[in-house]
Amino acid sequence: MLLIECPYCGVKAEETELSPGYEAHLKRFGPGSTDEEFEAYMFARKNPKGVHFERWRHSYGCGKWFLAARCTATLEVFGTYPAQVGEPPADIIEKIKARRPDWKGYK
Amino acid sequence: MKRYSVFAIAREALRYHTGWERAWRSPEPKKEYDAIIVGAGGHGLATAYYLGKNHGIRNVAIIEKGWLGGGNTGRNTTIIRSNYLQDSSAAIYEKARSLYETMSQDLNYNVMFSPRGVMMLAQTHHEVRGYLRTAHANKLQGVETEFITPQRVKELCPILNIDGPRYPVLGALWQARGGTGRHDAVAWGYARACSDMGMDIIQQCEVKGVRSEGGVVKGVETTKGFIGCKKLGIVVAGHSGQVADMAGFRLPVEAVALQALVSEPIKPCMDIVVMANTVHGYMSQSDKGEMVIGGGTDGFNNYTQRGSFHHIEETLRALIETFPIISRLKMLRQWGGIVDMTGDRSPIISKTPLGNCFINCGWGTGGFKAIPGSGWAMADLMAKGEPGPLAAEFDMWRFKEGRFIDESVAAGVAH
Repeated sequence: MLLIECPYCGVKAEETELSPGYEAHLKRFGPGSTDEEFEAYMFARKNPKGVHFERWRHSYGCGKWFLAARCTATLEVFGTYPAQVGEPPADIIEKIKARRPDWKGYK
Repeated sequence: MKRYSVFAIAREALRYHTGWERAWRSPEPKKEYDAIIVGAGGHGLATAYYLGKNHGIRNVAIIEKGWLGGGNTGRNTTIIRSNYLQDSSAAIYEKARSLYETMSQDLNYNVMFSPRGVMMLAQTHHEVRGYLRTAHANKLQGVETEFITPQRVKELCPILNIDGPRYPVLGALWQARGGTGRHDAVAWGYARACSDMGMDIIQQCEVKGVRSEGGVVKGVETTKGFIGCKKLGIVVAGHSGQVADMAGFRLPVEAVALQALVSEPIKPCMDIVVMANTVHGYMSQSDKGEMVIGGGTDGFNNYTQRGSFHHIEETLRALIETFPIISRLKMLRQWGGIVDMTGDRSPIISKTPLGNCFINCGWGTGGFKAIPGSGWAMADLMAKGEPGPLAAEFDMWRFKEGRFIDESVAAGVAH
């Protein structure tokens, strides 16, 4: 059972209170983009076995979307942060590096 | 290979079963093979088998990280059906279903295919329309299904509550020729037949990298050293993304956990497979008497082979409503498998950006039923270098070009 803290309301929410939203930090492409860009945005996924940045919604709480760093191989949650960022904040990266020294970093 | 037969059993009975030979060899890898299949699950072994049987390519190795049939092949609910809406899906699943009918004879291995019938309940008017449409589509595709009344549902499965307060049964899509099979035996039967053709099944050997030269695959780096190959087939289900990454391309796939569970064994009470997609649960009874139960996937990326507890709760809640007699049943075991879900919930059987490297993945929650058809189509693709009619629509570029085989809309749920 996952316990994930909502960065907005500070509630340590249990999984049933949340809705998962898959990969975070996707760059959106729309009209005028190439087929490759649009496919990458719509379908191609990193799907890593290890550190994963993903979207969650505190659907039965404050209702807001936020982002989380989580390990898909162990289910360990490294931290959460508000969704209004283009890439993971430095403190989250540090937390992950402390726990996963051989992690190749966000790319 | 000594054939299994009634005479073999009689002969061995007279000599304390000392004469049975190992079903497959466990050789050390050779330096090079004509073809390497990564993944000795059902799909990988079936691919190797049809490479040998249909195309005469027998210098083949099947490389497996764990033990053969130890992934999703041993973790599913063994349902076999082919009542799909889209033509290309119906074609490959029907090919698979028809191959299951003769698989025991073909492999000389009892896979216990039991065409007991698969019933998909329609519990909303939307579902009634959907299944009527599927039944009509199946007629055109030559897949034998019919839409049946609630009364017929009750006749076929007396323990089913057709007058549920929330979702009364309004009809069902019935495929009499669908059923179940013995999942482990499918892997073991293919493995034995592959080994008999001279193929090497190399277990406990993890692929660590894919070596290529000038855009063409040369072999794989493994925990047992480098193994060269002329052609490479990646058939690794949940870990497709990892191996694709080694081969230098990205897939439209996400790995999530799908759970199943079985109850304590009880006396025979249902002799068909029932799927209730609105409330989301499906159930059949195994030969041992256990009720075999499946439900939905978790909604987040996961490689741990265990899922969220609340999904078990939701599945059981749905099934107790549908089958009130199971409400006091204890559950014996629960497990999870990592399934590779594509954007349109249809599989990928495709060439890849890397030359002579082919991939078969994305079977998501419906892989077991497809094993022989998938192996047949993948072998065809690997042998000829171009997809045959079964695989033609399932290439990985369909996502770029918008040619979806949209079973997620057709089924609405895991399938």
